[in-house]
Amino acid sequence: MSGAREEILARVRTALDDRPEVPEVPWSYGQPVSTGDLDPVARFAERVADYRAVVTLTTAAEVAQRVTEALAAAGAGRVVVPAGLPADWRPAGEGIELVRDDGLGADDLDAIDAVLTGATLGIANTGTIILDHGADQGRRALTLVPDVHVCVVRADQVVTDVPEAVGRLQQLGAHTRPLTWVSGPSATSDIELDRVEGVHGPRTLHVVVVEG
Amino acid sequence: MRTPSGSPTAARHVGVTADFLGMPSFPDAAREALGDTVQRRNLAHATGVIRGKRAKVVGELENWEELRLAAEAIKNRTLFQLDEHLVAFEAAATAAGVTVHWARDAEEANRIVVGLVRETGAEEVVKIKSMATQEIELNEALEAAGIDAWETDLAELIVQLGDDWPSHILVPAIHRNRSEVREIFLRRMGDVGRPAPEGLTDEPRQLAEAARLHLREKFLRAKVAVSGANFAVAETGSLVVVESEGNGRMCLTLPETLISVVGIEKIVPTWSDLEVMLQVLPRSSTGERENPYTSVWTGTTEGDGPQDLHVVLLDNGRTSVLADEVGRAALRCIRCSACLNVCPVYERAGGHAYGSVYPGPIGAVLTPQLRGTTSEVDKSLPFASSLCGACYDVCPVRIDIPSMLVHLRTRVVDEKRGGVPSAEQAAMKTASWVMGSHKRLANAERGAGVVGRALRRRGTTTLGSIPLPGLGAWTGARDAPVPPEESFRQWWERTDGGRSDDVDGTVDGTEGKR
Repeated sequence: MSGAREEILARVRTALDDRPEVPEVPWSYGQPVSTGDLDPVARFAERVADYRAVVTLTTAAEVAQRVTEALAAAGAGRVVVPAGLPADWRPAGEGIELVRDDGLGADDLDAIDAVLTGATLGIANTGTIILDHGADQGRRALTLVPDVHVCVVRADQVVTDVPEAVGRLQQLGAHTRPLTWVSGPSATSDIELDRVEGVHGPRTLHVVVVEG
Repeated sequence: MRTPSGSPTAARHVGVTADFLGMPSFPDAAREALGDTVQRRNLAHATGVIRGKRAKVVGELENWEELRLAAEAIKNRTLFQLDEHLVAFEAAATAAGVTVHWARDAEEANRIVVGLVRETGAEEVVKIKSMATQEIELNEALEAAGIDAWETDLAELIVQLGDDWPSHILVPAIHRNRSEVREIFLRRMGDVGRPAPEGLTDEPRQLAEAARLHLREKFLRAKVAVSGANFAVAETGSLVVVESEGNGRMCLTLPETLISVVGIEKIVPTWSDLEVMLQVLPRSSTGERENPYTSVWTGTTEGDGPQDLHVVLLDNGRTSVLADEVGRAALRCIRCSACLNVCPVYERAGGHAYGSVYPGPIGAVLTPQLRGTTSEVDKSLPFASSLCGACYDVCPVRIDIPSMLVHLRTRVVDEKRGGVPSAEQAAMKTASWVMGSHKRLANAERGAGVVGRALRRRGTTTLGSIPLPGLGAWTGARDAPVPPEESFRQWWERTDGGRSDDVDGTVDGTEGKR
């Protein structure tokens, strides 16, 4: 194996013996980007809705209510909730059974209806939610296998565009955690380029945006 | 149970491997493909739709050109110090719990991957779409070792079940229409897993649902997954996979072992560079602001996802491309396929005509560099273009494909020199001799003028195909005008530089000579 490593590196060095000049990148990293006529949170809500995810704006006091409504609308009974989810976000309602993730296997997760999480960041211009799979979000399989994902995003977690998101993730030290950037429900255009939603991954994405 | 991919795919050998089969030259393959009206209709529709989507999301940005320049510079920074970045990536990834392997060529990469899978005792793997693994023909190597390799990307599944091969970088089954997909699913799904539901229609929604159900059992039970990577960050050892369906996430998080085959040119220097790359890739490829799912992981995370991670760094000809000062720009490619979607040649001929896993404009410059220019098809690829330059306009990393095509044409022609001169070479030599002396050129023009006069008297205004060696093909598709009766030099002499010109060709007595 080390034979291959040394040989490849030697080939690279030989290939570059014309010593091409290494360019500077003509770019200023981490800059905010305009969100047009709307403020970032409004832009975020608009762009998430563009992907045919359901968006609800609410206040801190009413999160649990909105979450309950979202789950009911999706017909979800068994809901897995990450251990670190704020307690006052937990839904309460007839027919909703909260399940803890204590080593649920893939097949167990398949029998779960929905997952409820927080988020790390929201990107306004692209309608993206970034998960770093911390305590309020749970490991990656949780937001992948169940068919319904209800995600709570706080207004102060919304940044303008990708450069700010990449910068903020590094500031938070979250950039080397496992990350999932979600921009709408799963989709494919592989058949005649006709976009179809919902292949693998949650087919229903409901985003609750919390202001104040 | 039948093996996932049938023998016709393996026998085609359209990757970059030591096995070589003479695929037909591009003109021959394209001529046949032009007769496939289903494919032509699909491609015209598909590429038209994608072009429109791309134009819309690119048009939203005021700084698109700045993004392109930044992306180009980031990739050049990577390539011009590639050895340092590879070493840095290896160190960072290893510190994060990844085992890094190095593969000089396809055969070595396949040996490594097969060995790793065997060590786990698994007899099947699930795969995320990866051009690098197609290039090395990994599926065939796994099957030869008795390991089933299940493609999970919908289009790759269609290609695999249909015993077919990909015709596009991003939407590999674009040459198939919905009724063909339905037929393939009904016929083959049951051979390899959950059969297609009875009464399956050809509605894309239903077809996608059939794929979802068929693949779900494989995702949930797979112990080993194989992926590629869109980007590999040298600074942190992170890998990035950009996708739409969620099959990537399934493969990256549910199994115990993950093996990622990554071309050495996929490196970017710093994590911050992702802010540029993750803007240009989705907009250029699927024409979206962001694709549904982007996964980034840096080594292992306890309690979350595979704990046994491997990266295979793949050369397979990339260092040869790097050595070519003009050709090396092709290594900037981020496999977005914008160039395919805008190419008038690709739109009509389709991907299979290129005889390679990399079709279209980027394929025409990358394939002959990776595979060399000994086979008929690879010699013909640099000529599979009208040099319109649309590809260069849309390339997010600003690869000057037309210049590279001309550069490769020179290489192909130079390799042909020596031995019996071809008719084209003889014609070029003659033309060069004639034009080398103004007297010889003047005589030639006079001769042409005589012919022209004779033809015009017969009422001929354009020349059709000229049945001379080397000229037939060129003139068969073009209208050459009949040579003028009077050459420019003759007119100049007669009219004293146009001072005494008259439409009838006679001297205007009133003006006279000055």
